[in-house]
Amino acid sequence: MTASVELRGVTMDFDKYRAVDNVSVKIEPGEFFSFLGPSGCGKTTILRMVSGFIEPTQGQVLIGEQDMAGIGPNKRPTAMIFQNLALFPLMKVWENISFGLEVRGIDKAARRKRAEELLDLVDLEGVADRYPAQLSGGQRQRVAIARALAVEPKVMLLDEPLSALDLKLRQHMRAELRAIQKRTKVTFIYITHDQGEALAMSDRVAVMSRGHIQQVDVPQNIYNEPTNGFVASFVGENNIFTGALSATKNFTTDVGAFAVTTGQGVSHDSKCRLYVRPEHVSLVAKPKAGANAVPATVEDISFEGNFAVVHLRDKTGRKLSAELKNDASTPPPAVGASTHVVFGPEHARVLLDSDAVAYDGEE
Amino acid sequence: MQAMVRRYGGFITGLSLALTAFWLLVLVLIPYFDMFESSFRPYLPFVDIGGPKDIYSLNNYLSIFHNPTDIKVNFFGFETKLFMSIHLWVFFLTIAFSCLSTFLAFLLCYPLAYYLAKVLEPGRLATFMLILIIPMWVSELLRTFAMFILLAFNGPLTILLQSIGVVTGGVRWTWSLWGYSGVVFTLIYVYVLFMLFPVYNAMTSLDSNQIEAAKDLGASRWRIHRRVVMPHCKPGIASGCVTVFMLCVGSLLVPGLLNSPSSQWFTELIYSRMFVENDWNGGAAYAFLMLIFCTIFVTLTMRLFKVGLADIAK
Repeated sequence: MTASVELRGVTMDFDKYRAVDNVSVKIEPGEFFSFLGPSGCGKTTILRMVSGFIEPTQGQVLIGEQDMAGIGPNKRPTAMIFQNLALFPLMKVWENISFGLEVRGIDKAARRKRAEELLDLVDLEGVADRYPAQLSGGQRQRVAIARALAVEPKVMLLDEPLSALDLKLRQHMRAELRAIQKRTKVTFIYITHDQGEALAMSDRVAVMSRGHIQQVDVPQNIYNEPTNGFVASFVGENNIFTGALSATKNFTTDVGAFAVTTGQGVSHDSKCRLYVRPEHVSLVAKPKAGANAVPATVEDISFEGNFAVVHLRDKTGRKLSAELKNDASTPPPAVGASTHVVFGPEHARVLLDSDAVAYDGEE
Repeated sequence: MQAMVRRYGGFITGLSLALTAFWLLVLVLIPYFDMFESSFRPYLPFVDIGGPKDIYSLNNYLSIFHNPTDIKVNFFGFETKLFMSIHLWVFFLTIAFSCLSTFLAFLLCYPLAYYLAKVLEPGRLATFMLILIIPMWVSELLRTFAMFILLAFNGPLTILLQSIGVVTGGVRWTWSLWGYSGVVFTLIYVYVLFMLFPVYNAMTSLDSNQIEAAKDLGASRWRIHRRVVMPHCKPGIASGCVTVFMLCVGSLLVPGLLNSPSSQWFTELIYSRMFVENDWNGGAAYAFLMLIFCTIFVTLTMRLFKVGLADIAK
């Protein structure tokens, strides 16, 4: 009960606005796949094209190798979980869950039994005869999942279903969703703008911007080896330096030249920037000669428990940050102290500017 | 009350209370009570009013059963004879054709309301609404007369259809449907917006995601409407139906102009008892009979469809 989903050169135009531009991706059967991107990047449009609510302007959507052109949402082997869940408020929980079975003409007793089984599956018992309004946010979430599972979909489509929940519940539901996916082996396509969600739950993530897929990879690679500046800055924090790559593979900036690792497609004449993650930075008063070091002044320290974020400013006024492990033997420098931001060449990535969004790390 | 005096001062508080009392007492309670009271008294020559013959009884109400005769009924070829008074029969017909008009108005409005609320792009809504509302600014009298002229024997509609060859000769537009076609058609025309707007309002409050969710779960169009859209719109539908039904039953102008020789409306009986026979007591009794019956009828219908009074007020 699972199927692959493939987009082949899919483009979607709304009037004069191109929401999705020539996207091709193949999602494997039983995979937990996320589309991650800021609002307006086209991820929801992709989901609606897979579900069949809209037809792509160009390209093909294939589910289980079968072209879905002209097949309506009620005929596709997909089930969608809406952002606001869209439970039917006038139906009891069990009627909600078994609505898809009612449509298929299954008798009432069998529907009721199946609804109870599904409530079991999502760890929700004894609420079958309540109305959705009588449930808590997390319970409603589970009912929505059960309702989608009831039609035994091969592909489950989730449109930011956790965004309405509070932080604690959201983290709990992440694990829960992941567990349900592993149990049912259904292909999950998950839409979110929350990088934490995407990285924590997914087998693979597609980072999107302005209708284009920027990178498709496993979560570790998305974070550790971003293909361009957009991916690096959308997923996680960065210290960003503008400058140019010299012929000797050094990156020259207004605060010095650094030994770096170059990312995909970077050559000495390409438009690129240097990205260094705050957790890969150390603060050293007297750095060794030849190391990548930027002199900076400590402006503020925010203590987060297991680590501390040190906010600094270099001589050009650029904001920098360093994430230091909480270690009593090596306390961070005091506010106002002059120090050096030091990073190894393996953690200094020069990445192409994405045509998608000029992202300079500041909101 | 004290809070109101403190906030607005004694004069404004007193004035608004006095006006409300005037409205309730003089414009509502006293005339209704006077009519209600007189409906139980016999119609007497002036000198006998207040005399020994002037006693309360239910005679005016029971007079609807007087003078029963044989009434031939032909219902889709099924013929039968009913033994009842003409007035009672007219009462039944008025209720029946008001129900029919209400139902047809609903059939007309439901898809239109759905289109306006869920299909039409919001940008074009204003134009559509204006097209719908502007005819409402024309008085009911004028609109009824317009229909009267349009549907007349050898009137504009007939001439138009003759010119394109659909009909030959004159057509009695108001004579079909047991003689009520003109009345039903015009009642729908005049009151249709009282159905449209409550249903439309109810539909706009429906989350479109629910329609999509139902579709995604495999539901057909018909099932989406039956299980999701209609239950949600039930209060609006009920509100529209009650309003249109009450307006239809109480209409005097429309049947007055568009009756066929074989049709009559109960309001016309009330009118003729009051102004032709000068029997205000009898007319008042008929008016209350209609009011009471319609109230019971609407209450029972709402109970049948499980709609509460509070739902309608929403």
